Amino acid sequence: MTLTTVERKTGHFRSASPGFRLLLLSILSITLMVMDHHNQHLINVRTTLAVLLHPVEILVSAPFDISHNISESLATRSELTANNRRLNQEALVQNARLQRMAALEAENARLRALLDSTTKVGDNIIIAEIVSVDMNPYRNMILINKGGQDGAYVGQALIDANGIVGQITRDRLYSAEAMLVTDVDHALPIELARNRLRTIAVGTGELNRLSLPFLPSNADVREGDLLISSGLGGTFPSGYPVGVIRQINSTTGQAFLEIDAEPAAALNRIREVLLISPREQGGAADNNKQQIKAGINAITDTKAEETTTEEVTNKNQPAAEAATENATSTSEEAF
Amino acid sequence: MARQVRSWPVVVAFIAAIALEVLPLPDFLQPIRPPLAVMVLIYWAMMWPERFGLITAFTVGICLDILHGQLLGQNAFTLCVVTYLTLRFHLQIRIFPLWQLTVTIFALLTVNAFLELIIEGIAGLPSAGLARWSRVLSGTLFWPLLLGVMDRLRMQVEHRESTFT
Repeated sequence: MTLTTVERKTGHFRSASPGFRLLLLSILSITLMVMDHHNQHLINVRTTLAVLLHPVEILVSAPFDISHNISESLATRSELTANNRRLNQEALVQNARLQRMAALEAENARLRALLDSTTKVGDNIIIAEIVSVDMNPYRNMILINKGGQDGAYVGQALIDANGIVGQITRDRLYSAEAMLVTDVDHALPIELARNRLRTIAVGTGELNRLSLPFLPSNADVREGDLLISSGLGGTFPSGYPVGVIRQINSTTGQAFLEIDAEPAAALNRIREVLLISPREQGGAADNNKQQIKAGINAITDTKAEETTTEEVTNKNQPAAEAATENATSTSEEAF
Repeated sequence: MARQVRSWPVVVAFIAAIALEVLPLPDFLQPIRPPLAVMVLIYWAMMWPERFGLITAFTVGICLDILHGQLLGQNAFTLCVVTYLTLRFHLQIRIFPLWQLTVTIFALLTVNAFLELIIEGIAGLPSAGLARWSRVLSGTLFWPLLLGVMDRLRMQVEHRESTFT
């Protein structure tokens, strides 16, 4: 590659023919796609490139942020006082509710102690803003302005004031990609608040509709039932509202109901989201780990000593079962 | 030693096109957002093939993949193929009258959309449905405007550099 060519030839990659270069680049991009699709080999490459492209995102969202700031600073006095009054009233109502909350939490902890199960602990919260950038036009994804630097992590749950919004799917260090609960690839373990019937809410790709495809036609569901997260699966903390059942269709001869639900969170209007993570309780977590380890050891012991007398296995097995049971129940209820 | 032609205005145009691809739009405008990055790429591959070719296409594609949160290499692949087709026929396309050029753009954008469809099918990703094809149409309708803007930019680059014929 020489630069001594005439005029407009700047000497970039001129040596190979276009067809050959297309072949090379195609192979390269297909390799990238395969690697990216099958596993997370490229996570570092993605993060690096995303950090490099962060200025573009800032550039794109800047006008929206600025206009938001301007409209905030140009708000009239009467608007501000009205807002202030409303917020004060809201705070008063919420505080009144919280007064009972403290007592109920204490009671809950006491009852759980009686049942010898772990206590539910509060959640840590980070507030993040949604970056005004359109992600993949065909998916329900958003970009938030908090990333690995701020303590966000992949799999973290996002909520807004009304309910569950989604979860973080990719960390970009200074920002993070999140998938909304309505994305077609998203499924969320839920239960009905009325009768704790467990099922799964699947996204439809529409921002105002969730689908519950796995309830049998004799299930006890009604329109207007509140769906809350069940906490199974461990990604989402339990007890947060997910949506409300809007429509139930049962076709004769079909084994399952077709149920539509409306997400509780205002997915197309949100500006701020909360990232929640279970609060670490050092001692308790260590204890759980030890219990799990003990359980695993017990299981391996029983496997190793299969040839020994049945009495030993009988002794070990209940312990192992108890330990694993304990482990699963704690992972469910850690939130 | 030939004088280096300044191409930074064109690079700025590329960055602007990429930025416009992620610019937030109201929901009803989403399906008709023209695929600006590929259109700008076609224009410069056609008009200045010595400078903007497959490497540019690959880079722009990777940028789009990252910003859109898509499979890494998806856009890079489709843009490379479309740019290759443009490069292959750039001498013919360049002298087309506007309507023929617009038809060609329609064909190229269709190829692009079709490759996207194939990749999403193979990877088992949720497909875009009609929005993919409405973007092809809006891109075609948007082409004359883009052509005007890019031609003006090219004139500027030419005036600045006497070596550009």
